[in-house]
Amino acid sequence: MIPGPFSYHRPATVADAVKLLSTLGDEARPLAGGHSLLPMMKLRLATPDHLVDLHGIGTLKGIRRDGNKVVIGAMTTQHELLASDEIAKSLPILHETALLIADPQVRYRGTLGGNVANGDPGNDMPALMLTLGASYRLEGSGGGRDIAASEFYQGAYFTALEPGEILTAISIPVPAAGAGYAYEKLKRKIGDYATAAAAVVLTMSGGKVASCAIGLTNLHETPLLATDAAKAVMGTSLDDAALKKAAAAAVAIMSPAADARGPVEYRKHVGGIMVMRALTRAAARAK
Amino acid sequence: MNDMTPTREQREAKLEGMGCKRKRVEDARFTQGKGNYVDDLKLPGMLHGDFVRSPHAHARVKSINGDEALKVPGVLAVITAETLKTVNLAWMPTLAGDVQMVLADGKVLFQNQEVAFVVATDRYAADDGINKVQVEYEPLPVVIDPFKAMDADAPVLREDLAGKTTGAHGPRKHHNHIFEWTVGDKDLTDAAFKKADVTIKEMISYHRTHPSPLETCQCVCSFDKIKGELSIWGTFQAPHVIRTVVALIAKIPEHKIHVISPDVGGGFGNKVGAYPGYICAAVASIVTGKPVKWVEDRIENLTATSFARDYHMTTEIASTKDGKVTGLRVHVLADHGAFDACADPSKWPAGFFNIVTGSYDFPVAHLSVDGIYTNKAPGGVAYRCSFRVTEAAYCIERGMDILAQKLGMDPAELRLKNFIKKEQFPYHSALGWEYDSGDYHTAMRKMMESVDYAGLRKEQAAKRLAFKRGETREIMGLGVSFFTEIVGAGPSKNCDILGIAMFDSCEIRLHPTGAGIARVGTKSTGQGHETTWAQIIATEIGIPADDIMVEEGNTDTAPYGLGTYGSRSTPVAGAAIAMAARKIKAKAQMIAAYKLEVHEDDLEWDIDGFRVKGLPEKTMSMKDICWAAYNSVPPGMEPGLEAVSYYDPPNMTYPFGAYICVMNIDVDTGVYKIRRFYALDDCGTRINPMIIEGQVHGGLTEAFAIAMGQEIRYDPEGNVVTGSFMDFFMPTAVETPHWETDFTVTPSPHHPIGAKGVGESPNVGGVPAFSNAVNDAFSFLGSTHIQMPHDYWRNWKAAKSLGVFA
Repeated sequence: MIPGPFSYHRPATVADAVKLLSTLGDEARPLAGGHSLLPMMKLRLATPDHLVDLHGIGTLKGIRRDGNKVVIGAMTTQHELLASDEIAKSLPILHETALLIADPQVRYRGTLGGNVANGDPGNDMPALMLTLGASYRLEGSGGGRDIAASEFYQGAYFTALEPGEILTAISIPVPAAGAGYAYEKLKRKIGDYATAAAAVVLTMSGGKVASCAIGLTNLHETPLLATDAAKAVMGTSLDDAALKKAAAAAVAIMSPAADARGPVEYRKHVGGIMVMRALTRAAARAK
Repeated sequence: MNDMTPTREQREAKLEGMGCKRKRVEDARFTQGKGNYVDDLKLPGMLHGDFVRSPHAHARVKSINGDEALKVPGVLAVITAETLKTVNLAWMPTLAGDVQMVLADGKVLFQNQEVAFVVATDRYAADDGINKVQVEYEPLPVVIDPFKAMDADAPVLREDLAGKTTGAHGPRKHHNHIFEWTVGDKDLTDAAFKKADVTIKEMISYHRTHPSPLETCQCVCSFDKIKGELSIWGTFQAPHVIRTVVALIAKIPEHKIHVISPDVGGGFGNKVGAYPGYICAAVASIVTGKPVKWVEDRIENLTATSFARDYHMTTEIASTKDGKVTGLRVHVLADHGAFDACADPSKWPAGFFNIVTGSYDFPVAHLSVDGIYTNKAPGGVAYRCSFRVTEAAYCIERGMDILAQKLGMDPAELRLKNFIKKEQFPYHSALGWEYDSGDYHTAMRKMMESVDYAGLRKEQAAKRLAFKRGETREIMGLGVSFFTEIVGAGPSKNCDILGIAMFDSCEIRLHPTGAGIARVGTKSTGQGHETTWAQIIATEIGIPADDIMVEEGNTDTAPYGLGTYGSRSTPVAGAAIAMAARKIKAKAQMIAAYKLEVHEDDLEWDIDGFRVKGLPEKTMSMKDICWAAYNSVPPGMEPGLEAVSYYDPPNMTYPFGAYICVMNIDVDTGVYKIRRFYALDDCGTRINPMIIEGQVHGGLTEAFAIAMGQEIRYDPEGNVVTGSFMDFFMPTAVETPHWETDFTVTPSPHHPIGAKGVGESPNVGGVPAFSNAVNDAFSFLGSTHIQMPHDYWRNWKAAKSLGVFA
């Protein structure tokens, strides 16, 4: 549990950070909250020669409203999300989800950018970003670009980030007024990754589902957008049959790994149940 | 008397003696971060050692090359078995009569076994060095499933034992067999089963888990070449035993070994044994002439230092058709891992597992235990329990529930029908113990009334009907557990460790101004001895507890003791403290008689001093007697006021308790909710009710963890898959249920203050309560026994196998 030797860099601007990362190459890693990277380094599963700490870059922090969107700086911590009136008002599902991430100590340090950029299938925020239709701002030596969250995840710990690029901001469209939401997470204990989790954002009209997006956490090597499951509930009143159909459609795209949380069959089964429970709870919240 | 004279109540209260909820004096430093633990110790020039460990569960070690490691700046030495052989320490004896590799000698037998010890100027360099040591392994077939270990063609694990058909505990039947231990009358038991109206048989497993104290195992060894003295600061539950073991194996005279246990952050049995880290740090210090620190990390602690349990208990009970038990037959397959390093009293290879008849009046019983080797870490320590008593309590408490189910009887009723009756004590059990005292019926009935047991059963019946009608997906279970512990090891007639009788000791020295110090042979690892020992003395000799300093853990100053584990501190050392105090009191009485100019027999004790019988105003306080002891003792008497007692207990003590767990389980996810947990404990005389409550809370939390998910699990290749707190279930305050505690008091008749010990009762009684609740919840769907741990996915699997998703 003792990391190997490394050099430490603390740039003050995104441009300096990008420059450092491109100069130092593969042996450099950006450091955000550190809750994924540092344990890996302590186990020497990650042995970067250079850490580029992003904490010195003021522009990477903050939450602001930009028209129909909320833009969140990558280094904004989970705790800051929880403390934000803007998030509570415009994106309460982020609030609900952040509260289910680890414990207060982790949330003081862990960042939204780190959570979405690391590509860890166990992280909760990526599925949420798919559900909300968020996009990420990436900055590299060749300039900046925006990418949809749905295009970002390629495999476990594999993302669209090019070498030397860093994720600097997350832009999230504010859901329609009256939208219902829920994040249902089954975990063994505080601090654990999800055995299975489902995010739902939906709108109801005349007692029927008018729009719906469903995201899944830790049920595949990447976060999933369960589009068939969402389609299955469109126009329904979320009766038992519709819920079961949605769960079945969601289960069909799940391929979790067997681990100490349970065998594949169990994780898929409870994944379906999380979908049903999230749909029911989201509908109850919709106005 | 004027108004300033304290009342009797005020004098009593000032002592803060037995029965007082005295606040823990040690907490002043612990809650302010001022504890002094091994890892806080920094000696000038101190070096750091760390292990290269085996990635394989079973492999031949072809070569170890430390050349590259020695090139790492700061790395000073790479110690291997070859190095240790030069001082004859490549292997070490275990407490169970086996031998254990200190460092891999030719092969490795479990994952994360110690292979080489890298010594460096700091912790980082040591770890850098580890990663440069090149070890060539040739993997061998592994034995993980204990039920396959004794197959004729099972791989030979312990090549060092080739040809040895007898071990420390008798004949070996197979190359992976360690011992067979049998107790009881086989013929009578077999006959009882032949005659029985009803019998049950179930293989009840108690899975492998780990004590996982918050502070891992660690030490600092410092060898003074000039004086030839070795000082060892370590996380030891039994510092004197460590000193003797070191003297025996390192051939250093015992008076030149100083063992110090500073503050210790939890033990739970994990810190009883001797580990390779201690030996390697000592050798490294002797070789380098500098202090060497070794500190385990969490993964090392979970995967390499002593595990607990791993007992597979085939349990049979014979009974009449109206539910009177007539016989008990148990066979245990005990998985000891790669070396037999159980920390039991030396003559007890399966500890006190023969307490397995529990709280019930079994006329006959027979027990056999087969200990076996597998490719798992060694250990088998008593994780917050007396030796193998948790396993025994789980075995019989699960067995009684299974019998109740077969008879169609209520599990509480079945227990009431079979309890040893109050008037049967002292009770001689079929497997050889003499239970000192008990009143089981009273405790059980108090529990049942406190929780409205009948009402809960009614609610359960209604819920079951609702479930069958499809109105709910929740099932409800009541887990009844009535346990009898056997603690306080132990009487010299049947308990020793490496030949040393398991007495304990206390030395009390009172100072002229009426304060004093008590040194005790035990070692608190969180039990609060600094608080409670002073309370015993306060009541015995009338000096306020606040004026008594308690010191433990330094072998140079403390009298020889066998340490703290198996709930032995109060039954054994607690008795020694009372006996030492009584010696002081006897001398104090002589001094008081002299000063008051009366005969000793004319004095009587009164709270905090002596008074003359019939003349209550003629008194001498203990405080004044202390002063007199140093200036005006009777002619011919030595001055001073101190005493030592070494206490060899005449018997064990037998705490007991009645627990119940009320649980709901969602069959769709397997998620459980502990609705209520009530624990009634009878530990005899209660020294500090607040500390007892704290002990019960802690032990129940561990029991909850063990029953509901905590395990050391191996995959078929022998990799530990639960080697960190991510997967090894360590509940936080959020998961931990609310505990309701209660008590009855049945003093031990043979203990000077009637106390029995309580630290481990909640772990012993708690595990069956949780497991019985889960099993009770599922029983109406047709199951008889579901193995622990009962985590979410296994509950779901049980529900599925019982057809609830059909």
